[in-house]
Amino acid sequence: MTKLDSKIPEGPLAQKWTRYKDHLKLVAPNNRPKIDVIVVGTGLAGASAAASLGEMGYNVKAFCFQDSPRRAHSIAAQGGINAAKNYQNDGDSVYRLFYDTIKGGDYRSREANVHRLAEVSGNIIDQCVAQGVPFAREYGGLLDNRSFGGTQVQRTFYAAGQTGQQLLLGAYSALSRQIGLGRVKMYNRHEMLELVKVDGKARGIIARNLVTGAIERHSAHAVVIASGGYGNVFFLSTNAMGSNVTAAWKVHKQGAYFANPCYVQIHPTCIPVHGTNQSKLTLMSESLRNSGRIWVPKKKEDAEAIRAGKLKPTQIKEEDRDYYLERRYPAFGNLVPRDVASRAAKERCDAGFGIEANDTNEGVYLDFSTEIQTKGKQTAYAKGNHNPTAEEITALGKKWLEEKYGNLFTMYQKITDENPYETPMKIYPAVHYTMGGVWVDYNLQSTIPGCFVAGEANFSDHGANRLGASALMQGLADGYFVLPYTISNYLADDIRTGKISTDSPEFAEAENKVKSAIDKFLKNNGTKSVDYFHKKLGHIMWNKVGMARKEQGLKEAIQEIAKLREEFQKDVYVPGEANELNPELEKVLRVADFMELGQLMAQDALQRKESCGGHFREEYQDAEGETLRDDTNFKFVGAWEYNGSDISTEVLHKEELVYEEIKIAARNYK
Amino acid sequence: MSTTKNINITLKIWRQKNAQSKGNLETYQLNNVSTSSSFLEMLDQLNEQLVNERKEPVAFDHDCREGICGMCSLYINGRAHGPDTGITTCQLHMRMFNDGDTIYVEPWRSTAFPVIKDLVVDRSSFDRIQQAGGFVSVNTSGRTMDANAIPVPKADADKAFEAAACIGCGACVATCKNGSAMLFVSAKVSQFALLPQGKVEATDRVLNMVRQMDEEGFGNCTNTGACEVECPKGISIENIARMNREYLSASATSDK
Repeated sequence: MTKLDSKIPEGPLAQKWTRYKDHLKLVAPNNRPKIDVIVVGTGLAGASAAASLGEMGYNVKAFCFQDSPRRAHSIAAQGGINAAKNYQNDGDSVYRLFYDTIKGGDYRSREANVHRLAEVSGNIIDQCVAQGVPFAREYGGLLDNRSFGGTQVQRTFYAAGQTGQQLLLGAYSALSRQIGLGRVKMYNRHEMLELVKVDGKARGIIARNLVTGAIERHSAHAVVIASGGYGNVFFLSTNAMGSNVTAAWKVHKQGAYFANPCYVQIHPTCIPVHGTNQSKLTLMSESLRNSGRIWVPKKKEDAEAIRAGKLKPTQIKEEDRDYYLERRYPAFGNLVPRDVASRAAKERCDAGFGIEANDTNEGVYLDFSTEIQTKGKQTAYAKGNHNPTAEEITALGKKWLEEKYGNLFTMYQKITDENPYETPMKIYPAVHYTMGGVWVDYNLQSTIPGCFVAGEANFSDHGANRLGASALMQGLADGYFVLPYTISNYLADDIRTGKISTDSPEFAEAENKVKSAIDKFLKNNGTKSVDYFHKKLGHIMWNKVGMARKEQGLKEAIQEIAKLREEFQKDVYVPGEANELNPELEKVLRVADFMELGQLMAQDALQRKESCGGHFREEYQDAEGETLRDDTNFKFVGAWEYNGSDISTEVLHKEELVYEEIKIAARNYK
Repeated sequence: MSTTKNINITLKIWRQKNAQSKGNLETYQLNNVSTSSSFLEMLDQLNEQLVNERKEPVAFDHDCREGICGMCSLYINGRAHGPDTGITTCQLHMRMFNDGDTIYVEPWRSTAFPVIKDLVVDRSSFDRIQQAGGFVSVNTSGRTMDANAIPVPKADADKAFEAAACIGCGACVATCKNGSAMLFVSAKVSQFALLPQGKVEATDRVLNMVRQMDEEGFGNCTNTGACEVECPKGISIENIARMNREYLSASATSDK
């Protein structure tokens, strides 16, 4: 078994990064233009990496499958970005951000990486402000902050409910500047379909021009994968339609280990599935749980009547409602962590109390009526009205809600055609983020030399559960402040290499592989669409590798996915041609990779005989239904090595997690 | 309470094989469309039907499907992003239509947005305008100055944010009778003009971005205001007035 070398530097935790940086090898400015770097993906991690490397003087080629780098799905992040600035003087520090992140991840992330993330978090805010990112400000002109889950300080910077958009447009502006200066060459509407290795090193990619269908060879001295997460393996998720695992999966198949694939974050408050034609799920911000109470009917017959449209939720009497989070978790009530809230909703729906009239009855209520009364009364009193009428209270309460959550309520109404001021919102958990990803060492380098992986595509910082407002932080930290140093250290040995030729047999072989895969699908002449198979895969994943997993279900999932994959290969039908814009062809290539990944996720979940963060094994819970970690046997990163097309032959390597600074304990928010 | 029902519709959709070929409107009948479906889910349903009939599905741009990435477009019944205001096509729902309706679906129409295929257009001209000056020239060292070193009046920051909320979808251009990109360009110019960090390069920025806009073949602004009406993010035409002021003073003071 190979020993995974995480390359964590020596020395005290707080000084590791600074000392390490001081001793990294550099590439002189006059040598940088001789070196090519490929960046795949232009979200926060990819755009910031491409911009930074371009500024330094490297020859950068950046790739995205969308029509513009500004479309990457980082743009959809709502809430905010964490940084240990302590502007609110409430006791925040680099150490606290570090500690909260490790604890939030249920003690399954790497100390040194997380500490570095916390260290550079402040620089991110400085950088973004200097770029003209319009963060929310207070009346004094200084930056505003708010709170997020899993913390006791106010360290979240935000721009209304569009923080991801503003940060991505900031990174996009930096990238655009480099494109304009000719230091970055941008390839829009291109998809990476293979990694090319020469003498064991990552030396280029094969990409398909999605407009012309041309298969192109691109060489470089290093390749950065920043292609995001793999939540779309579930078909329905809060990810964008195009979000996919292909770039990450191709490097995995070329030898990069894939770590902790079973760690998936399921967000508790999303709009439920409305029908079989649904294409994606929409998030309702976590902040709503501050004001909403979650419930389902106590009586099954009431739930049935609601689903049949014979009863309205507002007609259910108070004593017939089951506020199950308040019942089960009196100390935290509706504000339990994301994973706990999600599992509790599933438990009620599985028991037959779901209220949504869809195929699975999966839906619970998020009710603002109590808050309307409370805030209405408070507002009336604050206005000097000590004897308000019921109508006055309700009107003032609704106004209070509108000021606080108006845009979310409108969004909800547009999608569902229901007025959440009058009737409770219907919500249900949905796949949102993937903590697992390509295994990387401290340098963000995968097990393939020269292949670096950044942002959600790697596994490194969030352990088994990510805290809110930390994804944006990690993406920009990786791209702006980590990769430029560590990649230069790697490239320092390449100043004499010269241009990498694309005429080598390695490129020819990779190109042929891609072409024959495309050819195979186009000539397949099957009978079923790509979406048919993708939905089937999503169904297996959601039911057996979703919020709650158990040995039997996981074993079944492995069998079912393997079978589905076979059927898919035989019977999928892809219309159109190779040499044109062909969205069905794009989809089939992505789903082929999701099929393989799905099976690996189930295998990973099966081997991890413990519950931690987003990974919940029903066999491993305490009397109250909480996660039971097994630190003796599972305090490791599970990194899988590809071993041929039969996914069940993948080999598990373990990186033992060593905690020098933090005393490992049960995760307790009570 | 919402009432979901199924409707039958007739679609007239622009089909065009590629940029070189001539396109035309094709007619499709689509039955059992849930009124809870989004417009794009309805198109998914049509495509599924076409694939099952061994016909080529309709190509259209889309990605986030929550109204923020700006990738979706479509001219629906003669309106950019369809018959609802303040939303993108991906947020449009089929309950806006009735059983038996005929719905016309066309791509963005503008010289500067050539059709690639069917309903997909090329908006890379927006990227090139951005590359000409839509940035603050600061390197990404993280070693600039503390984020709170320069206080910014909340009113300015809020206005900058409102301008920066532009998603670059191109509805403003598509709906403009002149095919003008003034709303898009002025939103970016305004965002930076309102912030101290953007002021240093304000003169060059507005001149460069407007020059690139003109080179891309966008039309001129005649203050019709259609752009503001169709903008899914409610970007105000006040931004155009601001850009005109910026441009005028830049033209007068620049030595270029």
